[in-house]
Amino acid sequence: MTAAADILAAPGLSAHVRRVRWPLWITFPVGLGLVILIGWLLVALTVDLWAPADPLEPVASRLQDPSLEHLMGTDALGRDVFTRTLYGARTSLPVAAVVIAIAVAIGSVIGAVSGFFGGWIDAILMRASDVTLAFPPILLAMTVTGALGPGIRNALFAMVVVWWPVYARLLRAQVMSVKQFDHVLAAEAMGAGRWRIMWRHILPLSTTPILVNATMDFGQVVLLAASLSFIGLGAVPPDPEWGSMINEGVKYFYEWWIAAAPGIAILTVVLGFNFVGDGARDLLDPRTRKR
Amino acid sequence: MGLYILRRLLVMPLLLLGIVTVAFIVSRTVPADPLSTVVNERQANNPEVVNAAKRRWGLDKSYAEQYFIYLKNLAHGDMGTSFRTKQNVRDDLSDRVPATLELTVVAMALAVTGGVALGVLAAVRRNGLTDHLARLFALIGSSLPVFWTGLVLLFLLYAELGWFPGPGRLDSRAIAPDKITGVFTLDALLAGDLGTFIDALKHLVLPAFVLGWAVMGIISRLVRASMLDILNQDYVRTARAKGLPERNVVMRHALRNALIPTLTIIGVSFAVLITGAVLTESIFSWPGVGSYAVDSSRTLDFPAIMGVSIFGGTVFVIVNLITDVTYAFADPRIRLS
Repeated sequence: MTAAADILAAPGLSAHVRRVRWPLWITFPVGLGLVILIGWLLVALTVDLWAPADPLEPVASRLQDPSLEHLMGTDALGRDVFTRTLYGARTSLPVAAVVIAIAVAIGSVIGAVSGFFGGWIDAILMRASDVTLAFPPILLAMTVTGALGPGIRNALFAMVVVWWPVYARLLRAQVMSVKQFDHVLAAEAMGAGRWRIMWRHILPLSTTPILVNATMDFGQVVLLAASLSFIGLGAVPPDPEWGSMINEGVKYFYEWWIAAAPGIAILTVVLGFNFVGDGARDLLDPRTRKR
Repeated sequence: MGLYILRRLLVMPLLLLGIVTVAFIVSRTVPADPLSTVVNERQANNPEVVNAAKRRWGLDKSYAEQYFIYLKNLAHGDMGTSFRTKQNVRDDLSDRVPATLELTVVAMALAVTGGVALGVLAAVRRNGLTDHLARLFALIGSSLPVFWTGLVLLFLLYAELGWFPGPGRLDSRAIAPDKITGVFTLDALLAGDLGTFIDALKHLVLPAFVLGWAVMGIISRLVRASMLDILNQDYVRTARAKGLPERNVVMRHALRNALIPTLTIIGVSFAVLITGAVLTESIFSWPGVGSYAVDSSRTLDFPAIMGVSIFGGTVFVIVNLITDVTYAFADPRIRLS
């Protein structure tokens, strides 16, 4: 979706926005996505300075309706749901960042080695990625976390296992095509070493698809992390995590406010990442720029 | 073409062996002791009980031995005994597959119809309000956690408004139709039991919608992109120039060809479908493979977890193969080498 919700880019609605000269790739949805994400980032960084309550301690009687004092009510232990939702950003955002960073790092190394050297190294590494990709992601993640036991660190590891082959394949394909470029041949002819060719001449031209994909995958990681916690394989209570808060909300079905806030939090964060991901794709990969 | 299919078919057994091996390795590198799910805490210090349990579950053998025993049994269709249900995992799975099949097929049907409709509408009204709304609707569907959507819809439409029945496949007082296929709607129809059919259908609506919405986004996005491509083609211009009504141009000339690349999404969206099914089943207490997987991984039931992931992996591989082959058949330009 090149510009998922440029609803307000429709004539009239955003005339005043468009008068300002934005860089071309900041369409309305990208801007909205950025605002949402920066907002959540600020919350994650500063929440303990201004949070209305303690996320782990009971602050009022249990299962209270939303009120001015407790915006999203209180949960089964009398903790403030609104506060806990804010603190949830401190788990979800870093988890997504770490998973993507590690998966990109591992996947890139494997993909680069595979594409650069070819031969049996390539065959082994790619069959490994084939097998990993042959599992439906959630089942693989569940098997791994199931085996290691619940916990956010194990869930994180499981998600890296799920995601590395995606990046490995992307970078491999890219390296294999850049390898054929004339400047690489020239460097080879001038006697440049393998590593130098790799670092100086191939990698710099190969990273764009990875960057684009990584931005687009952020939202998916947030979703999968919340899903694993919801199943009970991710974050462990009493940690405030969105997926496990929704799981608590299932137990107290009629106290709807327990699950409402964390659900909206997930929705906004994932939407934000999807909006920004589209923008990143347009910026870094002009071929897909919207018609 | 024949060669391509043959090669894909030949690789498949290796891929399946890989799946089994990975599942086995993962499930044996457990820090959590699988014995703890079989032997209760009080007996865990009694060496006799522990050894007996180890022998009974084959945990006293070396990993290599266990691996080959597992492979041998698997070849005979024996997936081992679940720690939790004490049944063969194969039987557990075959009990639960029909429920999952019913849910996923209906959800996929909803997703495809909705997705194609939204995609066509968005492409025809490109950059108009319809386009933006269609895309926003689809994007929200794929940004929502299905377990939360399910919870919200259950709360609003079941608990508050009472328009739809609650979780489960049938009313709690209803008796399941005699098992023919295990798909309740189908079995009820075959038995001529209209009341049960309607009950089963009503129970299907919410979970199928929740799951379908999550998949719809991918489909509508692809249909839109491929429609936009096609609408710019010369033959579409010719059709318009001939004076054909726009309706015919879009539905007959453009859509048919736009659907070819869309075939691939069956493969792509299948991963989303499975993920969604696991979570949807768990929130709607739908007794399918997904909720089985969740219960098994919560209780460290390794034979069951392995069984589910091997089963899921196999289905996934086959679906991908079928997708690729159909795609190659449908579009002669793509004879993959």
